[in-house]
This record gives sequence, C-alpha cells and structure tokens, in this order.
Amino acid sequence: MQSISQAALITGAARGIGRTIALALARPGLRIYINDVIPEDAARETVREVEAKGAPAAYLPFNVADPQEVEQAFGVIIKESGRLDVLVNNAGITRDQLLVRMKEEDWDQVLAVNLKGAFNCLKAAAKPMIKQRSGRIVNISSVVGLMGNAGQINYVASKAGLVGLTKSAARELASRNITVNAVAPGFIETAMTENLPEKTREAMLAQIPLNRFGKPEEVAQAVAFLVSDRAAYITGQVMHVNGGMLMA
Amino acid sequence: MDIEEKVNTIVAEKLGVDRAEVTPDAVFIDDLGADSLDLVELIMAMEEEFGFEIADEEAKKLRTVGDVINFIKARA
Repeated sequence: MQSISQAALITGAARGIGRTIALALARPGLRIYINDVIPEDAARETVREVEAKGAPAAYLPFNVADPQEVEQAFGVIIKESGRLDVLVNNAGITRDQLLVRMKEEDWDQVLAVNLKGAFNCLKAAAKPMIKQRSGRIVNISSVVGLMGNAGQINYVASKAGLVGLTKSAARELASRNITVNAVAPGFIETAMTENLPEKTREAMLAQIPLNRFGKPEEVAQAVAFLVSDRAAYITGQVMHVNGGMLMA
Repeated sequence: MDIEEKVNTIVAEKLGVDRAEVTPDAVFIDDLGADSLDLVELIMAMEEEFGFEIADEEAKKLRTVGDVINFIKARA
C-alpha cells in the first residue's frame, strides 16, 4: 500500500468539472476520494485516471443530500486515511424551469443537493480539520449565483447560497487555519451545458469578453490554486472564472 | 490515571493553559480563555478519551472543569 500524507474528497466527481478537479489535484501522497451517485462506471473511470497520475484514489458513492450517508462516508475516510485535508463541494444538479412552472420538488431537489449537500459535507469535514488545525475547502458556485438567470431560480438560489455559506464558514474556521473559498465558473463546456439550444449559446457568447466558453481545466486550475499552500492567505473569497462575463 | 486527572490533563493540553489553573471551578470561557470552537474540540477530545458520544444538548451545559468531570463520572 502506498503511503499517503494527505486526503481529499471531491463530490460529484464522476464527470465534468468535478472529474477535472480530481485530475488537477492528483499527485503522489494525496489520496483522492471520488464521490458521485451516478454514473458508477464514469466514477470508476475517474478513479483510474487519477491513479494513473500517481495518486491513490477510491470511489465513495453517497448522496450528499443525505446527512446519514455523508456521516458514514466521512467515517470511512477518517478510518482509512486518519485525516481530511481538502474538501471540494462540487456536486450539483439542475432542474431548469420558469418560475411560474417550477414544481416544489424541482426547487427542493436542487437546493437539497447543491446547498444542503455542501452544508452536510462542510459540517462533517470541519471536525477533523479543526482537530488537525488545517484544511482547505472550496465550494463550486456559479456566475449565475451572482448575476441571476431566467429559468434557473432554484439553481441560482443554491449557487448564491453557497457564497454566503463560504463566507460564514471562512469566518468560523479561520482561527483553526482552515480556509474556505468559492469558485464561480462562468459558461463551461460540460455535459451540463452542451444541451443548451444554439440560440442560447450564441446569446451567452455575446456576453463573454474573452469570446469563448471556458474549459473544465480552467476551473480546476483555480481550485488547485486555492487548495495549495500558495493560497494560504486567501479565505472567504469568490474566485471568478468566467472569461470576463461578470466582473465583480 | 483517574477520570479527574485525565480530564484536567486534556483541558490543560487543549486550551494551552497551566495545569495549576485547571481547577473544578474554572469556567472554560471566562477563566481559561477558551473560545466556542475550543469547547467543541474539548468535547471531541473527551469523547475520544472516554469512548462515548456527548450530545450537543448535554455539551452545552458543561461550563466548568467540574461539570465535565461530574458528567463523565456519571456516564462512565
């Protein structure tokens, strides 16, 4: 068994931005826990790719919205690794609908995964990190959480909520050398965005000064920076990775 | 080491105070300079040492070193 000195958990890492973050963080000595609920084969593929980069990795399927499952999963991490150094709250879903047509369950499901899920993991991660007197937490928000977006009030509310969660946790945990930041991606090419109608894509592009959509790697690099020693003095911040779409 | 000694040692270590300051009447926040996160850590350390969970509602009532000692004696 490879010796490890640190451990990281990335939620929603089977595909898209989460997978890319896992790959960006992969290095020998850091055990990376890949969480996702579906699809399992994609999550296992992420594990293989992370391992190919020299980092020990494990697939940890649990629903971030369920506090009991979260607690169990963190129990496994602490038992195996004895510590947790990095948490990336990336798991997120969309149930887009106009406000007047949005069903209660569309609202509840999105808030449960995107916001409560981050809270559940943050709470579970705080204990070992307080004990260690070190930790790095990054919450994946979104540019729309700061700008608003028609047809996505549930998603936007959850992503705006993550900003408040980030700032409050940053204040609470700062005395224990734990930093908490958010990364707010703009329009990034992933499975979540590829199904948008061409007209919508064109309209989005017109709002982006750099005149292109972002790559998952460009978000992952921001996360990699924030969890590194180089970012030790940065906490409670929102890092925007959006091609200039919003300048805040 | 008996319970009292164990508790006193953990308190002194966790709060970084002199062992002599850790008396039964010492109030964590006022007398020993603890902040609210220190109290959380202290409870976690007690749970680990004595092998049982202390519910948040119970933990809230533990204000002094003596409170903790009595609580653990009653549970152990």
